[in-house]
Amino acid sequence: MSQRNLEALDVGAIREAFPILQREFNGEQLVYLDNAATTQTPDPVIDAMSDYYREYNANVHRGIHHLSQEASIAYEEAHDRVAEFIGASGGREEIVFTKNTTEAENLVAYAWGLNELGPGDEIVLTEMEHHASLVTWQQIGKRTGAEVKYIRIDDDGRLDMDHAADLITDDTAMVSAVHVSNTLGTVNPVSDLVDIAHDHDALAFIDGAQAVPNRPVDVEAIDADFYAFSGHKMAGPTGIGVLYGKKAVLEAMQPYLYGGDMITKVTYEESTWNDLPWKFEAGTPQIAEAVGLVAAIDYLEDIGMDRIEAHEQELARYAYEQLGAEPDVEIYGPEPGPDRGGLVGFNLEGVHAHDLASIMNDHAVAIRAGDHCTQPLHDKLGVAASARASFYVYNTTAEIDELAVAIDNARQLFA
Amino acid sequence: MGLGSDMYRQQILDHYKNPRNYGELEDPTFTHVGENPMCGDEIRMDVQLADDGETIERVAFRGDGCAISQASASMLSGELAGTTLAELHEMDRDDVIDMLGVDISPMRVKCAVLAEKVAQDGAEIYQGDLDVDKTTTED
Ligand SMILES: Cc1ncc(COP(=O)(O)O)c(C=O)c1O
Repeated sequence: MSQRNLEALDVGAIREAFPILQREFNGEQLVYLDNAATTQTPDPVIDAMSDYYREYNANVHRGIHHLSQEASIAYEEAHDRVAEFIGASGGREEIVFTKNTTEAENLVAYAWGLNELGPGDEIVLTEMEHHASLVTWQQIGKRTGAEVKYIRIDDDGRLDMDHAADLITDDTAMVSAVHVSNTLGTVNPVSDLVDIAHDHDALAFIDGAQAVPNRPVDVEAIDADFYAFSGHKMAGPTGIGVLYGKKAVLEAMQPYLYGGDMITKVTYEESTWNDLPWKFEAGTPQIAEAVGLVAAIDYLEDIGMDRIEAHEQELARYAYEQLGAEPDVEIYGPEPGPDRGGLVGFNLEGVHAHDLASIMNDHAVAIRAGDHCTQPLHDKLGVAASARASFYVYNTTAEIDELAVAIDNARQLFA
Repeated sequence: MGLGSDMYRQQILDHYKNPRNYGELEDPTFTHVGENPMCGDEIRMDVQLADDGETIERVAFRGDGCAISQASASMLSGELAGTTLAELHEMDRDDVIDMLGVDISPMRVKCAVLAEKVAQDGAEIYQGDLDVDKTTTED
């Protein structure tokens, strides 16, 4: 990687596009470090969505009138833009819009899992799965009789790939793995995992919720059968997520939701399904959100995904150094480097993560505290909760200094 | 950035660091547990009633979790001694917040009231009016 040659971000200019960052609480300026939960939205995205409502709001697909035509073109082309962004050469047919990553996971679990799985089949997950995939496949396993197995993580928070190679066998029907862990920050070797899955004729679902926002992602280089992410974690709006699926795989799948737009011909007795991707998009979709997602992709690509990745790595490294220098701070996950993303999960000894987050909030520093939707992983780490600081394009090392000061305040209060 | 904090006043921190009535009772009239799994807060409370079967004589608790939940349990364990079960049942979240003497942010109310709910549910179970294994204030 030649990241050293990448031009650093002009964070000052970037921040101007995010009016929310100017908010103050009790006279202190917001320090927003909860980006792994939801990122803030830049003006171009807000403007694109308000233009949609001001200029061409209408229902899609079925209208003859001008507004519906404009809305339909924008909505349909949004699929093409997303396909281009993640390297899906099949174009719009491989891009299904969902509500979020969670719904993308459920779509595959219901439409594929319930129909294809049964006793004797195995679903292989990782110990660091988000509940979005863990709970979903666990429950599909219960309903179908398929067994769920978990690839171990080692003491550094990396996947044990030898264990993966043992666990994935010809009985494995699905491997579902998180690309970047939202708790440990680990960047998993997903293309290696996909290769192992394919060696055994299993399908592979990659949860890219924490990867697509902050690094170049090429779904075909990974060779994933399914890949999912959420708009609201990548400078886009809430209410829209993406399920990428290989065309042949999606074609073979039954629908997930029934209703309008997903059909071609309907009689009182029978219905036939629309083409991809509309077969999986029943009812009026999230049109304004699709427009906003395109604006977010344009915005991020304008900055450059490789530069965003480098910026996050620098912030993660800085945070790791600032926080990790103190012996009473435990940081989870691998050391900074190419296989660690820009989020830092940690605990301050003697202070519950919720107390820490509350004290930070008193100083307008927004972090996350809790189980981050990875309860089994927290059990494994031996903690009930952890604190998490996560960064995006507009964050600075000065903000991490504020974080360190706030941690020190908590340390003194609880001493 | 000052050191000041709205929620973490000296009294809260003191009860968290030096919990009162921490431990178990030898012969409790009833025992009940509460847990907020998402927070990881746990409280186990022992209550001993006087011979009248109505007045709370002693309370002890053990627990694990955030300062708000544990300080609340510590303070409540002192408050409850001498009150009646009827008075316990009348307590509500405002009484708990008054007892704590600080502003509790909305997201943390569930931590503050866990101990009170554990005591109330424990009493109701003892009186035969409720049937639960564990109390939670998380939903
Ligand atoms: C790794 C990972 N997967 C899935 C999700 C779920 O995303 P959403 O809530 O947008 O469905 C998240 C977000 O919290 C996540 O971090």
